Amino acid sequence: MFTELNSILNATPDSFTQGEFILVSDRQSDASFLIHHFLSFYLRARCKVCFLGLVQSFSHYSAISQRLGVSLTQAREKGQLIFLEGLKESLSILIPQETTTGSQAMDFLRDPTVGLQRLYEFVRSSVSSDGGGEEGVEEWGPPVLLVDDVSVLLSLGVSAGAVLDFSHYCRATVCSQLQGNIVMLVRCHGEEAEDDGSDEGSEWLLKGLTHQCSLTLHVQGLPTGYCRDIHGQVEVCWRRRRGDGQHTQKKLFQYKVHDKGASFFAPGTSSAVL
Amino acid sequence: MAAPVSSVGKPSAERPPFSSTSFQKKTRSKLISIPGTRPSVQNGQLLVSTGVTSLDYLLGGGLAVGTVLLIEEDRFDSYSRMILKYFLAEGVVCRHELFVASAQDNPDDILQELPAPILDDVAIHKPVEQPRLSCEPQDNLDAMKIAWRYQNLPKVQSALASSSRFGHYYDVSKTMEPEIRQAAKCHRFYLPEHPTQSSTTHSRMIESYSALLKSLQEVIHREGFDLSTPMSMSRNILRVGLHSLGSALWNDDLSCHDDPMHSHALTTFLYGLRALLRSSLSVAVVTVPSHLIQDQALMGNITRLCDNAIALESFKGSERETNPLYKDYHGLLHVRQVPHLNCLASQLPDHKDLAFKLKRKQFSIEVCCQRLHLLCATLSRRRSSANLCLLLSAIG
Repeated sequence: MFTELNSILNATPDSFTQGEFILVSDRQSDASFLIHHFLSFYLRARCKVCFLGLVQSFSHYSAISQRLGVSLTQAREKGQLIFLEGLKESLSILIPQETTTGSQAMDFLRDPTVGLQRLYEFVRSSVSSDGGGEEGVEEWGPPVLLVDDVSVLLSLGVSAGAVLDFSHYCRATVCSQLQGNIVMLVRCHGEEAEDDGSDEGSEWLLKGLTHQCSLTLHVQGLPTGYCRDIHGQVEVCWRRRRGDGQHTQKKLFQYKVHDKGASFFAPGTSSAVL
Repeated sequence: MAAPVSSVGKPSAERPPFSSTSFQKKTRSKLISIPGTRPSVQNGQLLVSTGVTSLDYLLGGGLAVGTVLLIEEDRFDSYSRMILKYFLAEGVVCRHELFVASAQDNPDDILQELPAPILDDVAIHKPVEQPRLSCEPQDNLDAMKIAWRYQNLPKVQSALASSSRFGHYYDVSKTMEPEIRQAAKCHRFYLPEHPTQSSTTHSRMIESYSALLKSLQEVIHREGFDLSTPMSMSRNILRVGLHSLGSALWNDDLSCHDDPMHSHALTTFLYGLRALLRSSLSVAVVTVPSHLIQDQALMGNITRLCDNAIALESFKGSERETNPLYKDYHGLLHVRQVPHLNCLASQLPDHKDLAFKLKRKQFSIEVCCQRLHLLCATLSRRRSSANLCLLLSAIG
């Protein structure tokens, strides 16, 4: 986890707001480093984490989390982490074999018009506590759902409406019922005005998810162009829903990703410049 | 995973159930070195050469095993096809196995056009490789007088050593000799030879892509490239070359219609390809005619589903061909995406203005200084800074 980001978001592994839906989005950039931050953050906070790793293999996340100080294999063995490796599960569906093994979570690949029901059921069974009847099973904190990333579902033929339904159901289960958190990554491309208004656009998905969430982190390249020392800018936007109505607060930071973390600084205060 | 080096060498954890003593010899996991690969200096991933040394440099040292390189074709598919041939030729020289798939040309024709490698060592296709120590001193005209102890060592490198060099050079004016080419094992997939089955597709992929994915998986399983198969002493890399995916010859209408019916066929295929590659010791180069695909969002999706992505823009046929500013180059090269697998930070290239030139013995990619000249030209037109113009032309 990145300590500077923790201070920006006012969160530590010991105390963080529950019931939050955090949306990480990027435009012509790569915001996956934030997913690694949240993964190690919630594992350190002893939450029960359900991770839908749809775009990369388990060893990729494991190698990076190792550098951030968290062991994913251990967490998985202890039962703290439930990892859906989308790539591995998808092969048995894309190349039909006689025996279908594995969970049915990636069933939407067979017919994307059906929707993401099976995926939601997988999430629900993962985050709901298993009764806690066994002795010696550790008690974990509130459940957390991490999705990396949601836009690949659009590439695989699922409609944006189905993805929004899925996120709504997950939010109802995880955030409202179980007081857990959700972090989703959405990736966009191109300029914002380029969307031709079609249903399938990722712009529509981004707008829908932004409306549902309580905190957004939008990652973009620098408006002045490509720079080797500053990798881009992050716009953090709080959309407070409780108490004092809809009150949004925005902050802008520039960031640079290192080997073992990322540093965030106010615009213009990069160490390369000062 | 994109095959980090340590896991390649790890033996499968099999202990004999009954051992006579409790003493277990601590075997350090020996890294099985596969010829033609080297570990990356950044994150220890296993890299192979693309056949073009300047492209290797751009991609951060080489192509990581388990990843896909997407090449957006130039208008006449001349230079992208050339890079594909370099990639396959490098596989032949490094004794990797090849898998070539095409819908337009027969894979055999592509394989016959591979450029000849420039090897200053012993030719690697000779089947008998023992250095004939006893004969050598007789052939040697100048016997060593001082370092006579080194007399009997083989003068030329053995074949294994020459193929362990990373990255080779090729002479494009000659084609690779058939003996060298036939020494490498090639698997072919030629779409017209695979009749379209009328069976129901199990996903959004169209039949041609399904058949290709299935064929590739069969080859990976059969030839033992799967990472899950028990580790034997010799592992090899499978180089996959897929030519012109997304074109109409693959029965895909991405390049024909603005609103294609099979809009998710290629992206679903690329997802399946990534799944296959991450779980095996293979590396793929895919060329896509992006200039025919109008939907930029779709190209963005395709790019994101591949790990590395470059785009070629050749000057042939355009007005830039006769432009004196670009006379040194054949086209521009854009690096669209560089992956960062197993690490947080990616190795972005320093410069974004790159141009390439296909020379006889090298495909060189250089920083294009022509942008400075263009800037200079516009400035001088405004008569504002003749000094700046002189300075820039001195730099560039």
